[in-house]
Amino acid sequence: MAQPVAEIKPAKKKGSIGTYKKWGYIFMIPFTLAFLIFQAWPLIQTFYYSFFEYYRSFPDWIGPNFIGLENFVSLFDINELNNVFQLTLNTLIMWVAGFVPQIIISLLFAYWFTNVRLRLRCLGLFKTIIYMPNLIMAAAFSMLIFTLFSEVGPINELIKLFTGGEPFYFFNYTGSIIGVVGLMNFLMWFGNTTILLMAAMMGINESVIEAAEIDGATGSQIFWRITVPLIRPILVYVLITSLVGGLQMFDVPQVLTNGTGNPGGTTKTLIMYLNENISTSSNYGKAGAISIVIFVICAIMSLIVYYGFASDKTEREANKAAKAAIKAERKRRAE
Amino acid sequence: MKKRILAALLASATLISIAGCESTASTSTPASTGGETSTADSTAGGTESTGGDAAQDAGQYIHDITLADGEGKKLNIYAWNEDWKKQFDQYVKPHLPADVEVEFIINPNEGNAYQNKLDTDLPLNADKDANEKIDMFLFEADYATKYVDTQYTVDVKELGVTDDDISAMYQYTTDVAKDSAGALKAVSWQATPGLFAYRRDIAKDVLGTDDPEEVQAALSDWDKFEEVAQKAKDKGYFMLSGYDDTYRTFSGNATKPWVDADNNIQVPDELMAWVDQTKDYTDKGFNNKTTLWSDAWSADQAPGGKVFGFFYSTWGINFTLSANSLEKAVKDGGKEEVGNGEYGKWAVCYGPKQYFWGGTWMAAAAGTDNPKLVGSIMKEFCCNPEFGKAFAEETNDYYNDVNVMKEISSDPDYGSEFLGGQNHYALFYEIADDIVMANCTKYDQGCNEDFQSAMHDYFNGTIESKDVALNTFYGLIKAKYPDVKVPDTAIAPPAESKAE
Repeated sequence: MAQPVAEIKPAKKKGSIGTYKKWGYIFMIPFTLAFLIFQAWPLIQTFYYSFFEYYRSFPDWIGPNFIGLENFVSLFDINELNNVFQLTLNTLIMWVAGFVPQIIISLLFAYWFTNVRLRLRCLGLFKTIIYMPNLIMAAAFSMLIFTLFSEVGPINELIKLFTGGEPFYFFNYTGSIIGVVGLMNFLMWFGNTTILLMAAMMGINESVIEAAEIDGATGSQIFWRITVPLIRPILVYVLITSLVGGLQMFDVPQVLTNGTGNPGGTTKTLIMYLNENISTSSNYGKAGAISIVIFVICAIMSLIVYYGFASDKTEREANKAAKAAIKAERKRRAE
Repeated sequence: MKKRILAALLASATLISIAGCESTASTSTPASTGGETSTADSTAGGTESTGGDAAQDAGQYIHDITLADGEGKKLNIYAWNEDWKKQFDQYVKPHLPADVEVEFIINPNEGNAYQNKLDTDLPLNADKDANEKIDMFLFEADYATKYVDTQYTVDVKELGVTDDDISAMYQYTTDVAKDSAGALKAVSWQATPGLFAYRRDIAKDVLGTDDPEEVQAALSDWDKFEEVAQKAKDKGYFMLSGYDDTYRTFSGNATKPWVDADNNIQVPDELMAWVDQTKDYTDKGFNNKTTLWSDAWSADQAPGGKVFGFFYSTWGINFTLSANSLEKAVKDGGKEEVGNGEYGKWAVCYGPKQYFWGGTWMAAAAGTDNPKLVGSIMKEFCCNPEFGKAFAEETNDYYNDVNVMKEISSDPDYGSEFLGGQNHYALFYEIADDIVMANCTKYDQGCNEDFQSAMHDYFNGTIESKDVALNTFYGLIKAKYPDVKVPDTAIAPPAESKAE
């Protein structure tokens, strides 16, 4: 600890804060350079090439030829099999299928784990176990689930006991594929969410809850009226990150449907379609257009979530009421 | 302390999961998650111990290969699975110079992953370090024309393969590997006529005989085939395993290419006939609803399978069927011998329709630093009648030499152990001459794969009509091959698909 102080001292003697300023900029150089070269420039190129016809038909490259908005037009064409509306809907349905159980279970677990009155044992063990599924690579986990649910897998061996030998083809139907994808995303992410929410709940001052108890609030009243409002910022964070992650869903449905998004493209996500365009034909034009659309969708959704949940109506109303009360009080005093 | 351990665990958990995310992100193609690099030792000790006596028989006809002056000591071979690697390790590697290191770079075929890898790496080959250059790569019938007519493959004459060497090869195997100027760019060690392989015990139960000639008489056209399928069903068997089993009997006889000269996609009538027939068979319960190469499909070939037979061409019998038929797999210490599972309980007949399926060619990648070494391997493995005869007798693979195969096919003493002593080469030999590999395009693999996957939903009933399934197919092709034009009329999805 002594050393940095010692170093600062001679600088202080010069009596100028300006000499420190440059160090801030110097320390920022590596990141800024890396960002500009590896992120900003490719991003600009993505935007640029989305207005071009630019793909490979081995061994030749076609383009880049400027074609204006054609890539976007075909994406938004409702008559196309893979249009943005269908793909976004597919993606969101699969996200919701995983997120709803995830947030419910996570809230419940986080509430239990942080509730000192329950005196739960082996908390560390539980917290580690529920986090475990997130440690496995999503693609590997998908393979595992695919094998479990395949027509010769263990789940179907059980089903065959009841149906008389007829397996249920989980990966043939839109509904069951969405169910399995939802189950997987739930399993993978509820531990992570639980830990985030626990952090938020542990930040709540115990005296608030005690006060509520003394006032005679029930457990569920405390949960809904005190805990949930107080962890709202973290809830919004969880919702937005999960939504952005969900819109970029790729590996799980890709592996489970073997990249086809079958039946009839009803389980194809936005990124799966992007991958379809880039993997064989390296279609930078179309793939760029899809990326930009995904970016815009993410931005819009995040804004909706942010303004819909983060700024609390009751809070605003309470503020208003408080201000009015203060005014009234002043008036009264003035009189 | 307890908390600290937990914290450390969680922290490492986070790190690992981040690392996991990164590695998923970097695999641009889904199928390439299975991609792996396997380095083979340059010492031959390993192969000798596992190969056994039989391995030495065919391998002894391979001549020792020497390294020409100035050639690199690292041989990189691109392939899409381990099938040929096993044969290479067994037969060729013991004859390579001891200091040559061989590396197989494997990327799976599915979803075009292997082709994508080649498309990316071949153009860069000239500028790579000698040890990283692709020296040799294998390709399949479904995309043979794609690489042949480009600057990325080398004329085999430059590698030392002479006209004399290839004189006995089947005409179609060299026709398909010639570029537009007539230069031969690749050679194959196999010809791939197709047959119908059936389980002898099931045939006996259903037809009362397992004799190949009598079974053939019962299956000689599709009407008879269907009658037998009904009989098999009544006895509790499936005639076929899945939807794609008959695909090649139709696609191998297609009268027009997938993509015409103006780059319009066209579905051959033969394939629509396949769709109708397969839908019919599925509804009647003649198949077990599996898809090609799936676990369920392989399980149908294993002991306990209830499937009458499989359409397989030459390589399918030695690469796939014989391995799948075992009770105890080779990797678990089992041997490919009579008594292990269904080994030895199969037989082959022509089936209702002549066809061919697949085939593997080997080409030298332009820019290789080992042209002579690659040429020698080609000569020793593909143009070596003595080796070919022993190889065919040992592996059940159909060697690409008319004279050799004529000799074996008429040899009364030869019989395949796997096929219960039947000489299947006699059947293959009869039809191998008729193979015509016309109508090839560079889009074939994507088209075949996507057509099958789109139609699966029609077969299993999750999509109501053929037209909707065709739409799905056109959508997939549009993304995969933007330069192929798909019909406009078919783009608009019918109302029923929207309703879902």
